[in-house]
Formats: sequence, structure tokens, C-alpha cells
Amino acid sequence: MRRYLALLLLMLMALLLLAVAMQFGFGAAPMRVGSAINSAAPGQVGAANIVTSVVLAYRGIDTLGELAILFTAATAAGLLLGQRPATTQPDPEAGFILRHAADLLFPLLLVVGLFIIVHGHLTPGGGFQGGVILAAAFFLPLLARPASRFRHGVFGVVEALAGAAFIGIGLLALTDGGPFLQPMLGKGVLGHLVSAGTLPLLYAAVGLKVGTELAGLMAGIAAYEARDP
Amino acid sequence: MTPDIGQVLFCGSFGLVIIGIFGIVLTNHLVRIVLSIALLETGANLLLVMSGYRPGAAAPILVDGTVPASMVDPVPQALVLTAIVIGVAVQAFMMVLVLRVHTAYGTLDIREIRTLLERDITHAAGVPLPVSPDEPLAQPHTVLHRGAQ
Amino acid sequence: MQAYAYWIVLVSVAVMLTGAVSVLVLRQYMAAVVATAVVSLGASVIFVVLRAPDVALTEAAVGTGLAGVIMALSLRRLGLHRDDDPAHHREDESGER
Repeated sequence: MRRYLALLLLMLMALLLLAVAMQFGFGAAPMRVGSAINSAAPGQVGAANIVTSVVLAYRGIDTLGELAILFTAATAAGLLLGQRPATTQPDPEAGFILRHAADLLFPLLLVVGLFIIVHGHLTPGGGFQGGVILAAAFFLPLLARPASRFRHGVFGVVEALAGAAFIGIGLLALTDGGPFLQPMLGKGVLGHLVSAGTLPLLYAAVGLKVGTELAGLMAGIAAYEARDP
Repeated sequence: MTPDIGQVLFCGSFGLVIIGIFGIVLTNHLVRIVLSIALLETGANLLLVMSGYRPGAAAPILVDGTVPASMVDPVPQALVLTAIVIGVAVQAFMMVLVLRVHTAYGTLDIREIRTLLERDITHAAGVPLPVSPDEPLAQPHTVLHRGAQ
Repeated sequence: MQAYAYWIVLVSVAVMLTGAVSVLVLRQYMAAVVATAVVSLGASVIFVVLRAPDVALTEAAVGTGLAGVIMALSLRRLGLHRDDDPAHHREDESGER
């Protein structure tokens, strides 16, 4: 009985939402802040990718908040997963295809991930996308050979250093007289690899942090033993 | 009678939001609830990116230094970038919570978890279980289906 | 907008909505996880048509790849990666009675 009542109410809500949606205009973005950013960003920040300049230069504090949320979620998940008992049997090794594909893909994924991170201010991409690819690269050998040891210590240290580097670069801007996370270090030539000041460094820190964090989280889930109550 | 592209996109994104809410309310299994929350987030992100579109405009990336005549809004794109990554982080945390619930209670059906939770809470508080006077005397025997380990 | 872009968006929206409904309807949990990844892929194609390549890359890498891997890994740890939903079996039995 309760299910049918819930279904009826949800249908009503769906009809209302669709009726409201049909009155929205599509393709008429007001873009008051957007057009100002579009015209000023290449000159002010020097990055060819305007979305990168919004993420790191104009709204850098939001990116710092996102890193904080990622860190909180990964740390909380790690705390919940608890310690790994040392006496449990690991899963058997994966088959021929997965083992050899993991061996072949690991360097390729590393190169692709680093490429996307480093070119974040020139082409679509950046720290988050490249970081996720790095996380897949670090986690793939653990999928192929579950008995291999995943060095949580090293990844934890790299993650902490990368996060501290992001905040450190932002604090350096305070010494220059500008606000926190103000881009520094000269704009360079638009479209070159070394341009847009501290933006590539910030994205490198973000990419390393996201990659090692997510790889550690996935390794923690993979090693979790679901004990029967 | 062909709908224009704006209506198709609105149907798609609002449809995802509505199906996500349907899933959260009507499903009985914790894993499907987490997947429905993922659908809801995808629909909401689609709506955000749609709000910054202008027909005939180019992507907000300069190729070879040439500035196009008009570009779409970069601010919703930057916000959605953040939102997608945060969404996946929260979904990973939800799955870890589901793992711990399974370890603690052995089941993932929210009706059975509710019964077990009530029993645990009343035991911990020291009060007897509330019994409704309309309850039938003999409970139907429900088979707890545990997955093959 | 060009003609082919319209058809691409139509097909992508159809794939997304079908995948979303099948998340709730399919019996096996692994299939539901794959359907969620399909919805993310459809959204990523629409992002490309909406002139947002950064967002499309993020959605494809994070929503499809990483979320799918984490869900499948958790299903494996729960022991549910080969199981069907018992509620569907129960509804079938009550329908036949």
C-alpha cells in the first residue's frame, strides 16, 4: 500500500518537474560573468584552456575545498575499512590475459596520465582527469596479482606531500602581496608548455594527490575481508 | 512534431533525476540505492552544463592562439568538474559504509536492517521492544537469502 | 545546431534513459553497475556535443571508469558479483500464487 502511494506521489512530482522544465529556454545563457572571464582570461592568466584558468585561478579556493572533500572521504573510508588481518589468504592470481595486459598497460597508463596532467592548461584535461588515470595505473598490478604487496606507506607520503605542495604554492602568493592562490611566476607565451605561471605546478600537485589517494582507497577495498557475522 | 533539441535534453536530464529519486525511494537493496544516487548526480550535472550553452559557440579553449567569435560559459563547466569528482568520492565512501553494514548485519535488505536496528537499539537502551496490538500472533517465516560466499 | 548533432543527442538520451531504467529493473547486481557506467558514457557524449570537452573527459574517466571499478570491487567483497536479487524471485512467486 505504501509503495503505491509513494509511486503516485513520485509520478505527480515528475509531471510537475517536466511541466516546469518545458518552460525553460535552452541556448540563451545570460553569461554575465562568463563573457567577462572569456575575454579577460587569456590576457590575465595566460592559459589557453579557459576552464583551467577558472578552476585554478579565478576559483582556486573551490578546488582547495574539493581536495579537502576528497581527502575527508578517502580518510573516512580508510578508517571504516579497518586493519587488514595478516593471516587471510589473498585471492588467486588472475589469468593470462589480465596479467600480461596489466604489465603492458602500466607504463602506457602512466605516460597518458602524466601527459594529461602536464598539458592541463593547453588542452582539455588537467589534474583530476590525469590523476584518475594515474590511480588506475597504480591499481592495475594489484588486480592482476592480488598477492603483491601494495605500499600504502609510500602512497600516503606522496599524497600528503602533494597536498602540502598545493597549499604551499598558494601561501607563496601571500608573500608576493597578492591574495591566497594568486597565480604568480610570469605568464609566458600563450600556448607554450611553460606558460601560465604556477598553474601547471598546481595541477601537477592536484594530479599526484588525487591519483595516489584513489589508488590507496581502491587497494583498501580490495584487501577488505567481509567476515560473516 | 519533432521536439527541438532543448526539449530532448531537458527530458533526458530531468528523466535521470526522476529515475534516480524513484530508485532511492522504492528500492529495497542498499547497493541499488547507491547506484540511484549516482544516477541522480549525473542528471544534475547534465542540467548544470546545459545552462551554459549558446548555439553556434565554440568550446572555451583557444587553439593556436586564435580567439573564436563566441564561446560557451566556462563557469558551469568548472563547477561541474568539481561536482563530478566529489560525487564519485562520496559514492566510494557510501560503498564502504555498505560493506561495513553487511559485515555487521549480514543482510543488505533495508527492511531487515530496520528490524535488526530496532532490536539492537532497544537492547542497548534496556527497554522492551514496542509491540503493536494489531500485530498477528504468528509471524510469517521469511527466508533470509544470503549470497553464495 | 547541425543535423547530425541532433541525432547524436537523441540516441544518447535514449541510451541514457534505458540504462537508468535498467539499473532498477535488472536482476543481477553486476549488470546494474554496468548500466550505471553506460549512463555515464551517454552523458559524456552529450557533454561533447554541448561544447564541454573538459567535463566530457572527466565524466568518462571518473564516472565510467573509476566509479564502475569501485562498485564492482565492492560487489566482489560483498560476495554479490554472481548473485541475483532475491526480491525479484519473491515477486515472481507471489505473482504465480
